[in-house]
Amino acid sequence: MAPRNIIYSVVAVILAVLPVFLNAYWVDVLNSIGIYAILALSLNLIVGHAGLFNLGHAAFYAIGAYTAAIMNTQFAIPVLWLLPLCAFTAGLFALLVARPIIHLRGDYLCIVTIGVGEIVRIALINNVFGITGGANGIFGIARPSVVGYVIRTPHQFFYLIWAFAAVTILLFHLLEYSRFGRALNYLREDEVAAEGNGINTAHYKLACFVVGAAWAGMVGNLYAAKMTIISPESFSFWESVLMFVIVILGGSGSIPGVLLGAFLAVGLPELFREFANARMLFFGAAMVAMMIFRTEGILPHQPRAYKLAKFGEGEGGQ
Amino acid sequence: MEQFFQQLTNGLAVGSIYALIALGYTMVYGVLKLINFAHGDLFTIGAYLGLTVLTSLALTGHLGPFLGVSVLALMVMGLVALVGALLDRLAYRPLRESPRLSAVVSALGASIFLQNGVMLIYGARFQVYPQDILPKMAINLFGLYVPLIRILVLVASVVMMVALYLFIQKTRIGTAIRAAAIDQGAARLMGIDVNRVILLVFMLGPALGGAAGLMVGLYYGQINFTMGWMYGLKAFTAAILGGIGNIPGAMVGGILLGIIEAMGAAYISIAWKDAIAFMVLILILILRPTGLLGERVAEKV
Repeated sequence: MAPRNIIYSVVAVILAVLPVFLNAYWVDVLNSIGIYAILALSLNLIVGHAGLFNLGHAAFYAIGAYTAAIMNTQFAIPVLWLLPLCAFTAGLFALLVARPIIHLRGDYLCIVTIGVGEIVRIALINNVFGITGGANGIFGIARPSVVGYVIRTPHQFFYLIWAFAAVTILLFHLLEYSRFGRALNYLREDEVAAEGNGINTAHYKLACFVVGAAWAGMVGNLYAAKMTIISPESFSFWESVLMFVIVILGGSGSIPGVLLGAFLAVGLPELFREFANARMLFFGAAMVAMMIFRTEGILPHQPRAYKLAKFGEGEGGQ
Repeated sequence: MEQFFQQLTNGLAVGSIYALIALGYTMVYGVLKLINFAHGDLFTIGAYLGLTVLTSLALTGHLGPFLGVSVLALMVMGLVALVGALLDRLAYRPLRESPRLSAVVSALGASIFLQNGVMLIYGARFQVYPQDILPKMAINLFGLYVPLIRILVLVASVVMMVALYLFIQKTRIGTAIRAAAIDQGAARLMGIDVNRVILLVFMLGPALGGAAGLMVGLYYGQINFTMGWMYGLKAFTAAILGGIGNIPGAMVGGILLGIIEAMGAAYISIAWKDAIAFMVLILILILRPTGLLGERVAEKV
């Protein structure tokens, strides 16, 4: 086994037994880290792999959360059964929104996604269609249950959230090395060359946007189930910024980097509570410094290495 | 009809503030092809510095309301220009040769940094401007009573915009700025110090943005550390609406957006006021990405 995989396994085992030794508060912190880690992984697909700047990811997260909340409180459908529906509504919204704007140049796309995120938040506050509960939001979402076992305490949620995170990591890892992932990386590096090699760039950009958004929608479902009450404030622009910061600081395009980013960006402020107000100040400065000194993030993406066949003694190898 | 004209004058005043901020976006974009996300926060800094200078020096008490506010505006513009120059030096200049998107991330980081810096220094609550700075009176314009401050905001913005336009069009330094905007390499070959031009642009834009911040403080009477973000986005919308990189475009776009927003708030719904501006942004980028007066923003394939 490669040393890297050993490190990952050790980290995974430590994480899995950690809740046994922690009180409810710290397990809840780990739950938040898990939620942001999955959100950032879904954003990483869009920002890290395809290089599309999206600063409105909270909108898709919100749509998933509200879908779960509305269907659960109105029709009493168990929350976790709504996961596919949440993915569908968030993905559909992303498709409708992104279709006309996907061809915009990087920084303009960024501005438009900010606009979309704000429009969604304003729509939620204004109780659009009379079903979002306005500024107060929706409360009384039922607890989720897995095969008849109701999930209540932070310790139980820990395993639900991190199981979902594990599935996410596995799937996104596979996606990274698939034809789809390679196409995204190609169009990020050189869009004209990618187009020239027969990659339908608009199609791939749109597909990755929709997949990322659908994934954020499912996280919204988990969030609604965990909180049992959701309101528009939970989906402000700063949530989108935090996800973006996690991806950029951790290492865009790199799954371990994004996970580390989530631990740093969400976990560290909990450790240093007296400086909690200054955390965004610190992130801002870190983003500038990072772009100047280490553009690729703390744990950069490692391009896949292909071993060359050996030609003779002492030649070839890595 | 009364309501229509009141909203029109309000839209003109707010729109001229948007136009002042939009000029900063458009000038930086023109020369560097960079969206300076931190520009909205420079506007906020202008508003807060204005409040600090106003309350600590009591200028209006010594010099009378109009001269006092003019001196105050000049001081604020100078201070914010310094912040803008510092921002360029620390956050953007090291990235001149980097890919465009690195500079965009750096700009976002700078924006987050400045906004939270203001919050930590001044606190997260709304700050209130003193109410007795400018005389509270309404002027009779063709049988319509318009608050004096509204007219002053509009006049001051138009004066600044005309001054900027003449500076860019008629002076040697203005010519250098235009040359650098067209082709940096060629400008360098003609003996223009492009880095100094960029520095100048990063002082002119923030100076106007800082003046706009002061105007918002005087006009609405209260300021908050997050306001630069919303004003910045709207001013950016205005710059796109007029055609980014285009100075008259920013002025037209700002005024137009102010009027659209005021009318939308009056006749559609006040709760959706901010959403209307973003709808305008998205529609203009989809339907006419060049804006009303020029510049192409869609990806060339």
